Amino acid sequence: MTVRSRWLVLVAVALMATAYVLPLWRVDLVAPQYPEGLGMLIRINGVGGVKPNDLNSINGLNHYIGMKTIEPDAIPELRWMPWILGGLIAAGLAVAAMRRRVPLYLYTVVLLGVLGTGLWDYRRWGYDYGHDLDNEHAIIKIPGMTYSPPVIGRKKLLNFTATSWPSYGGIALSLAAGLIVMASVTTFRTGREEA
Amino acid sequence: MSLLSRSRVLLGAGALTVLGLGYACAGRSSSSLAGTAGAAQRVYVAPGEKDELYAFLSGGFGGQVGVYGLPSGRLLRTIPVFSQAPENGWGYTDETKPMLETSYGFIPWDDLHHTALSQTDGDDDGRWLFVNGNNTPRVARIDLTHFETTEILEIPNAAGNHASPFVTPNTEYIVSSTRFSIPNPNQDVPIAEYKKYFKGQISFITADQPGKMDIAFQLIMPGFNYDLARAGKGPSDGWMFFTSYNSEQANTLLEVNASQNDKDYIAAVNYRAVEACVKAGKGRRATVDYRHNYMDEFSRVSRSERRTSVLQVLPTECPGSVFFLPTPKSPHGADVDPTGEFVVAGGKLATVIPVHSTVKMLQAIKDKAFEGELEGIPVLKYEATLAGEVKEPGLGPLHTEFDGKGFAYTSMFISSEIVKWNIKTFEVVDRAPTFYSVGHLMIPGGGTRHPYGRYVLAMNKITKDRYLPTGPELTQSAQLYDITGDKMQLLLDFPTQGEPHYANAIDAKKIIDRQVKFYAIAENRNPMVTRSERETGVTRSGKVVHVRMTAIRSHFSPDNIEGVQLGDTVLFHVTNLEQDWDVPHGFAITGANTSELLIMPGETRTLRWVPGRIGVFPMYCTDFCSALHQEMQGYVRVSPAGSSVALKGNTRVPAAARGSN
Repeated sequence: MTVRSRWLVLVAVALMATAYVLPLWRVDLVAPQYPEGLGMLIRINGVGGVKPNDLNSINGLNHYIGMKTIEPDAIPELRWMPWILGGLIAAGLAVAAMRRRVPLYLYTVVLLGVLGTGLWDYRRWGYDYGHDLDNEHAIIKIPGMTYSPPVIGRKKLLNFTATSWPSYGGIALSLAAGLIVMASVTTFRTGREEA
Repeated sequence: MSLLSRSRVLLGAGALTVLGLGYACAGRSSSSLAGTAGAAQRVYVAPGEKDELYAFLSGGFGGQVGVYGLPSGRLLRTIPVFSQAPENGWGYTDETKPMLETSYGFIPWDDLHHTALSQTDGDDDGRWLFVNGNNTPRVARIDLTHFETTEILEIPNAAGNHASPFVTPNTEYIVSSTRFSIPNPNQDVPIAEYKKYFKGQISFITADQPGKMDIAFQLIMPGFNYDLARAGKGPSDGWMFFTSYNSEQANTLLEVNASQNDKDYIAAVNYRAVEACVKAGKGRRATVDYRHNYMDEFSRVSRSERRTSVLQVLPTECPGSVFFLPTPKSPHGADVDPTGEFVVAGGKLATVIPVHSTVKMLQAIKDKAFEGELEGIPVLKYEATLAGEVKEPGLGPLHTEFDGKGFAYTSMFISSEIVKWNIKTFEVVDRAPTFYSVGHLMIPGGGTRHPYGRYVLAMNKITKDRYLPTGPELTQSAQLYDITGDKMQLLLDFPTQGEPHYANAIDAKKIIDRQVKFYAIAENRNPMVTRSERETGVTRSGKVVHVRMTAIRSHFSPDNIEGVQLGDTVLFHVTNLEQDWDVPHGFAITGANTSELLIMPGETRTLRWVPGRIGVFPMYCTDFCSALHQEMQGYVRVSPAGSSVALKGNTRVPAAARGSN
């Protein structure tokens, strides 16, 4: 593991730590009646509105289509994720301290795996909210229509246009993953352990 | 459309825009606007764009304030003050009725004349708008974060509160005066003994603390008619100038009898001197009866409290506090220029516009250049305070505003025009006709240290043929002029409501960012608030049934109520659970002999209903709130007195709405 790789790992770990305070993902909803938009911020340990009452308003609107109330307390992942991130940060520091290449390669694989699982899980929750509708009591029922927001990108959901995009914390995590991959590649190319 | 042709169209539109901008800019910077097209462009606010200024026009005998956008002249909102508004329940609901209490009882009307924006360092700050009620003397505060009247203070010992509210440079005081002198204390005396019993009165009201307006002191003045006022600034800081007429002290046929004297007076009041005098223990508490009404910020419930004492001071007790400036022929406006050096008087019947110098006034006071005394108040020599006179200005000068570039604009009622003149040379430089008979005129910030300028608005007393006729009763008329060039240019003619006397306009930027969009439900301290559907319920206390109800798109909870009996009074305390901008809910029920409720998000409002018949009566949301607004309804069952039907409301939370609270 080269000196450069070690610095890359340390910078990546610092970036990962910012995800404790910065939101990971942002979903914006814009409709003719909501030119100013409603929005949700997904954080490492919670889901909140972009503006103070946005989540309430979104839940209020979702009752028309029979969607479950988005209750951050009902999402167990939001309790685990801070610990998982902590583990990743600690492991990153350990890798940097060990200065050996194999732990770095292993760390790279684990990190990408965890982040990939996180994305998949986020998509799973979105799918669940968008598809598990209370059709008995829903006020607006459109055959075949579901309301899952995209993971990344834009989608029209009735009168709303939903846009989903990584926010600062998500970008920081992606950059961190990129730096770790770069560290692995650098180390692999030089083909030697640090003196 | 192909890409090529589309881009050509876009280019074309771009070129037009550039030309348009160039044209508009040229128009804005000079007086070379080319007629109607230029004027139209100057006042055109494109769809989706916003006006440059908020204008607050007094609603005169309508008792309300009209909020307009300028330069478009579009009516944005009508704020009820000394009036009831069935549109939103103001003055009808239990929460707002105390605002209209007076020592004479509930008075849902007044004659609202003048507006005054709160000031900081002599400039409009956009916090509050103060207004006066002329008939049953009152002053009011409108909070500009939510465009609602939040405080009303009745003025004792006053009749015709006309020289009001007019604010001091840091909103320490607003003022009130009596246009009709009356016996003080008011008592049963022969009217013909006016000179013996009748007194004028000028009040200074502390105004910089919301909800805490208080009369600091009342000056008991000679029995003239006190008409209009302005605070000094700069060299005249700490002074307030009040015009007066009827120095003849006539009590009948004033049009003749009060027009005899060659000169009447401007009363110059040194309110700092009165403050010091009061602090030194001068004056006495008089027993009176008046009301102070205010809206609590968090419960949004208004209260009316009775007050029984006021501090009265005689000018003779405080030497150096009041002086009279002789001023020709029944002066109306007393307007102070941006520097604070000049006071322009509009003598209704005068052939000149006299301009007093406050610097000369201070010197004359020091030199004791008095021509005499009136009831112990020194009268300064006219020449000793005069800075100059505007000769042949026109007929019937009333009010003057300033553009901050050295020019004054005076309204001429009789010759129906605005006259622009140079403050230094007293020369008339331009005239523009008004349609018809302008009363007050208004330049944005025209009474402040730094006028915004750009426009002058004429508010006219006569409308005649300006708009499509609507029978004998016509709307009022206003005209907007561009004053950026050498010549005034008429831009827009628009109708206004009530009879606007004075108005204020302010840069929209000073107001737009402080807007409340909804009330936080967590901060709602109304005693009957219902913060979630789980807290709703129906209870009986004797013959009164309290319904604690919530409204959220698109249902009321409860929406079926049974067990109400003939002879009951039902109080619907409706809380709007929404926490989003522009989602009010309305509430109305058949046969209610009051107005609807219009409940802002997070707010609780009460409708009082006395059912007069047995049966089932629908209630519904009156403000189209959502796609299922028409479904937002319910029923109340009214049974005979003594019926065994149990009192209940279906407070069950509908399953599909489980996410909405």
